[in-house]
Amino acid sequence: MFTLKNVRYKHIVKVDNLSIESEKITCILGKSGAGKTTLLKLLNKMITPDEGTIFFHDKPIDTIDSVALRRQVVMLAQTPSLYPHTVEDNLQIGRLFSDKAPVDVDHLKRMLQIVELNKALSDEVDTLSGGEKQRLALGRMLLMKPDVYLLDEPSASLDEQTANLIIKQVVEYTKKHQKTLIMITHQDTIAKRYADTIINMVDGQLVQGGGVRE
Amino acid sequence: MNDIIQLTLYQLGAAFIFVIVLLIIVKIRKLKRETLLIIATLRMTVQLVIVGYVLVFLFDVSHPLLTVLVILIMEAFAIYTIIKRAGKHINKALKRIIVISMLSGTLISVLYFIVVVIGLSPWYDPQYFIPIAGMLIGNAMTGISIGVNKLIQDMTTHKASIENALMLGATPKKASKHLVDQAFDAAIIPTINSMLGMGIIFLPGMMTGQILSGVSPLTAIEYQIAIMLGILGSVSLTVLLFVQLGYKTYFNDQAQLKYKE
Repeated sequence: MFTLKNVRYKHIVKVDNLSIESEKITCILGKSGAGKTTLLKLLNKMITPDEGTIFFHDKPIDTIDSVALRRQVVMLAQTPSLYPHTVEDNLQIGRLFSDKAPVDVDHLKRMLQIVELNKALSDEVDTLSGGEKQRLALGRMLLMKPDVYLLDEPSASLDEQTANLIIKQVVEYTKKHQKTLIMITHQDTIAKRYADTIINMVDGQLVQGGGVRE
Repeated sequence: MNDIIQLTLYQLGAAFIFVIVLLIIVKIRKLKRETLLIIATLRMTVQLVIVGYVLVFLFDVSHPLLTVLVILIMEAFAIYTIIKRAGKHINKALKRIIVISMLSGTLISVLYFIVVVIGLSPWYDPQYFIPIAGMLIGNAMTGISIGVNKLIQDMTTHKASIENALMLGATPKKASKHLVDQAFDAAIIPTINSMLGMGIIFLPGMMTGQILSGVSPLTAIEYQIAIMLGILGSVSLTVLLFVQLGYKTYFNDQAQLKYKE
């Protein structure tokens, strides 16, 4: 799905060779400052590499329209922004942003269950806690149904138990719908449990230890 | 209407008593504003005297090139003021957008007003053209200044939310629509508010001036209504052009947010 060749970005990312398979779960592990987020941003063209080429389905991504690419490869930031007013508005806004038709209320309610968010659709987002906001943003992203999900530490502001639950749900969701999931995490346990492939990053480079789940 | 009371120099001098009273108050209360007050009074007087003579000259000569020159000087001064008020955070591309929006927004409104609303003949008659252009340009300047500051501030403080929208597949236009709308709104609200209070809370300067110089209040309000609508048009057109073009300067051709190098 993604192939990176000699990609360099401002001394932050130095990746000579990397392939990410489709319909698989890939976890990126590494300390903060290792270039994990920058790598994700390169994949959905939020930034452009200074050198090297990134291929998406064998096509160099600089030949693909950025907005069109981001509608297939959606990224969830580590601290996702919420937009004015209700839980429902925020679930729908992702589809609105990417010119997709809104989904019906049943769909929205089911999504709240998937991300374990015990809130009414009409609740104002200002009343949500940090963890709840994170789950809402995750639900918003899943509703967009892109081909690839890029998740930047989705469990960062969740307690361990909730984090495990949510990630389990997301993993099941992407598998069921045959999507590709690329996820940054700092928890080895999560990576070992769910990832088909693990990428280890140190100082912007890939290091040994990336491998297939046992 | 009655004849106009021409002020003698002695009468005009009598008005300066207000400044002297204020100077005494400032002195007693040790507010240290004497110099500023004196400079402001002197500048106001000298500037207006000069403008008076310049206008007399322009009205006498009544040449299209001179009218155009005056308008260009006004535009240049307005644009300079907007850019100066915007401070350090303004980039080159935004400056260019300010120039384009001010020139096209105000000139279209002024010409429409002069040609269609007033039907002025000759079109360059400085007695009408200069004060009308002055009001339309001046108000557009105030409006666009608010819009510029609001847009710059919001695009900086809400960078994360724009970036998030882009990550979710939004076009730059969709990602910044909310902020563009807010900047437009903030810029035109003062004009709309002044329309709400007009005639009740205050009598506008132009109308007061016309009434004092002997024009029937009914004629004065006709002009005031027309000029208020002209101002609304000039402010909205200028600000609309600015925000619609201005947000684009924050994105590159890859639909990415431009980061400061």
